[in-house]
Amino acid sequence: MDKTQDQSKNAKIVKWLLISISTLFIAVMLLLPLVTVIIEAFRQGFEVYLKAIADEYTVKATLLTLEATLFAVVINTVFGLFAAWTVTKFKFHGKKLLTTLIDIPVTVSPIIAGLIFVLTFGRQSFIYPLLEKADVKIVFAVPGIVLATIFVTFPFISRELIPVLEAQGTDEEEAAALMGASLPRIFTKVTFPHIKWAFLYGVVLCTARAMGEFGAVSVLSGHIRGKTNTLPLHVEILFNEFKYVPAFAVSSILVILAVIVLIIRSVVEYHGKKDG
Amino acid sequence: MYVELKNINKSFGDHKASDDVSFGIEKGKLIGLLGPSGSGKTTILRMIAGLEQQDSGDIIIDGKVVNNIPAAKREIGFVFQNYALFRYMTVFENIAFGLKVQKKDKQFIRERVGELIELIGLSGLEKRYPSQLSGGQRQRVAFARALAPNPQLLLLDEPFAAIDAKVRQELRSWLKDMIEKLGVTSIFVTHDQDEAIEVADEIIITNNGRIEQVGTPLEVYQNPQTAFTAGFFGQTAVLENYTDFHTFEKPNGAEKAFVRPEFISVTKKNEPQKFKSSAVEGTVERVAFRGNNMELSIRANGALLTAKRGLDAAEIHVGEKVDVFIYRLFVTVGEKAVLLENQSAREGSVFI
Repeated sequence: MDKTQDQSKNAKIVKWLLISISTLFIAVMLLLPLVTVIIEAFRQGFEVYLKAIADEYTVKATLLTLEATLFAVVINTVFGLFAAWTVTKFKFHGKKLLTTLIDIPVTVSPIIAGLIFVLTFGRQSFIYPLLEKADVKIVFAVPGIVLATIFVTFPFISRELIPVLEAQGTDEEEAAALMGASLPRIFTKVTFPHIKWAFLYGVVLCTARAMGEFGAVSVLSGHIRGKTNTLPLHVEILFNEFKYVPAFAVSSILVILAVIVLIIRSVVEYHGKKDG
Repeated sequence: MYVELKNINKSFGDHKASDDVSFGIEKGKLIGLLGPSGSGKTTILRMIAGLEQQDSGDIIIDGKVVNNIPAAKREIGFVFQNYALFRYMTVFENIAFGLKVQKKDKQFIRERVGELIELIGLSGLEKRYPSQLSGGQRQRVAFARALAPNPQLLLLDEPFAAIDAKVRQELRSWLKDMIEKLGVTSIFVTHDQDEAIEVADEIIITNNGRIEQVGTPLEVYQNPQTAFTAGFFGQTAVLENYTDFHTFEKPNGAEKAFVRPEFISVTKKNEPQKFKSSAVEGTVERVAFRGNNMELSIRANGALLTAKRGLDAAEIHVGEKVDVFIYRLFVTVGEKAVLLENQSAREGSVFI
C-alpha cells in the first residue's frame, strides 16, 4: 500500500520535473529571443519602427521574399504531389533511389546547395554561354533566388504525403479504376480527400521554410539592395551596418509571418486529427 | 462455358503463381476458388479482373478473348478482401461511384442505389461513412458497390476473411441467397474449406499454382482425385504405413494414406463389434467436447487418428485402450488419390 503510494508520488515528481525542464528550456531558447526581437524593434518607439519597415529596401525585400516563397510553394506542391503519387502507387525500378534523392536538400547544407547552383549556372559553367545568349540571368539575380528556395524546400510536401499514401495502400484506387474511373477522377475523388490535411501541412511547412531561407539564397543573391535582397539577407545587412533597430524591426516582420504560419499549422493539424 | 481460362501462366520473379491453369465456368454459377494461401487463387482472380496480366494463355468471357481488354472495360464487379470502400464517401456515394463514372443520369442513379441499399438491408444508413459501419455492413456495401453497374461477372477476394466468426456464418448464407437471386456468375476466393463447401455450387481447388480438381462440393469431398485434395478436406490423419491397419489391399505404387474422422469407428473393449479381427488397438490421447459429438485423438500403430463419437455412446476417457476400425481410406499413388474400402467390411456387407 505504502509502496504504491510512494510510486505514484514519485511518478508525480518526475512528471512535474519533466514539465518544468521543458517549459524552462522553451522559455529560454525560444520565447526569450522572440520577445527580445519585438522589444528591440520597438526600443526607439513606434514611429522609428514604422519608418524602418516602410523603408524602400525593406518593402522590396519583403516583396522578393513573398515572390520566391510563392514560386517555391507552387512548384514544390506540383512536384511533391507527383513524386509522392509516383513513389507510392506504382512499382518501378529505381524507386528507392528516387525517394533517397528527394531527401537530399534536407541533408545537404544550404550553403553547398547555393554553391552548386553558382557552379552550374555561373560564369565557369558550360551552360553559361547558352544562358547569356538567351539573355537569362540566374546567378546574382531573382531566378537564382527562386531556384535556391525551390531546391531547399522541395522535399517538404512529398515527405508529408508519402507516409500517408503508403498507409492507404492502392486498393481504393484499384477499385475505382476497375469501375472505369479516369486518373484525374481517381485522384480528386479517392486519393486527394485522404491526403488533404497532410498536403496542407506540407504546404505550410514549405512556406515557413521558404520565407526563412538564408544560406543557399545568400550565396546566389549577390546582396544587391532593392534587387536581390530577401528579408533574411536584408536583416543581415542591417545588422552588419550596426543599424540595430531597423534590423530588429525587419526581423519582426519575419517573426509575425512565422506566427501566422504556426497558427495555420495548428488549425490544419487539428482538422487533420479530427478527420483521422 | 461463360468464363474460360486456357493454359494460363503467370510468374512473379521466380515464383510461379499460375502453372498452366485451365478451367471453365458455366453462366449463373457460384464458384469457389479454394486453396491454401500462396496457392495462386487470388492471382487467378486478379487476372480475370484484368488487375494482373497473364504471361501466356487466354481468358475468355462470354465468348470474347479479353486478354487485351483493360480492367475497366471488362464489366466485372470486384469485392476486395478488405472491401476497399472509399472512406471519404458515404454509403450512397460509394455505391453510386461506378454509375457516376458511366455518366448515368441522376434520377437513374438515385433509383438504382436506393434499390441496392434496400437489397442489402441498409436502408437509413445511406449517409454513413464506412468507418461508422460494422464489418458485416461494410461487406454488404462492397457487394452492392460491385453490383451497381450490373457487371456480367462478380469476383470476390476472400469475402469473409475480415469478419468475425458469428457474422461470417450469417453472411455466407446471405451472400449465397443474394447471388442466386440475382443470377450473376460469381467467383470467390477462399482458403476455408467449410466456406467453399457451404457456399459454392462448384469448387476449383488450387495448389502451387496448379488446378488440382474441379467439381461440386460433394464430388471433391467424396472423390478426391489427387493426393493434395484428399489431404486438404476434413480433419485428415496421415498414415505412413497404412497396411499396418488390417485388410486393405495395396495397389501398385501406393504410398501413404489419408483417413477422415467419419471413416473410423471406435469401440470400447467391452462393447460388441462387427469387425473385431480387423480392428487395431489404440490409446486415447485426448477427448474434446465438440458440441454435438466427442472428438477423440487416438494413437494407433504410431499414427495419431482423429475420430468422432456420438454423445449417447458410452463415455471414453483419456488413456483408455480402445479398438479402432477403419472403413475406408484414400491411398496416394504418386499425385493421384485412390479410395480403398476395407475388405472385411465389404465381405461383411455381402453376408448381411
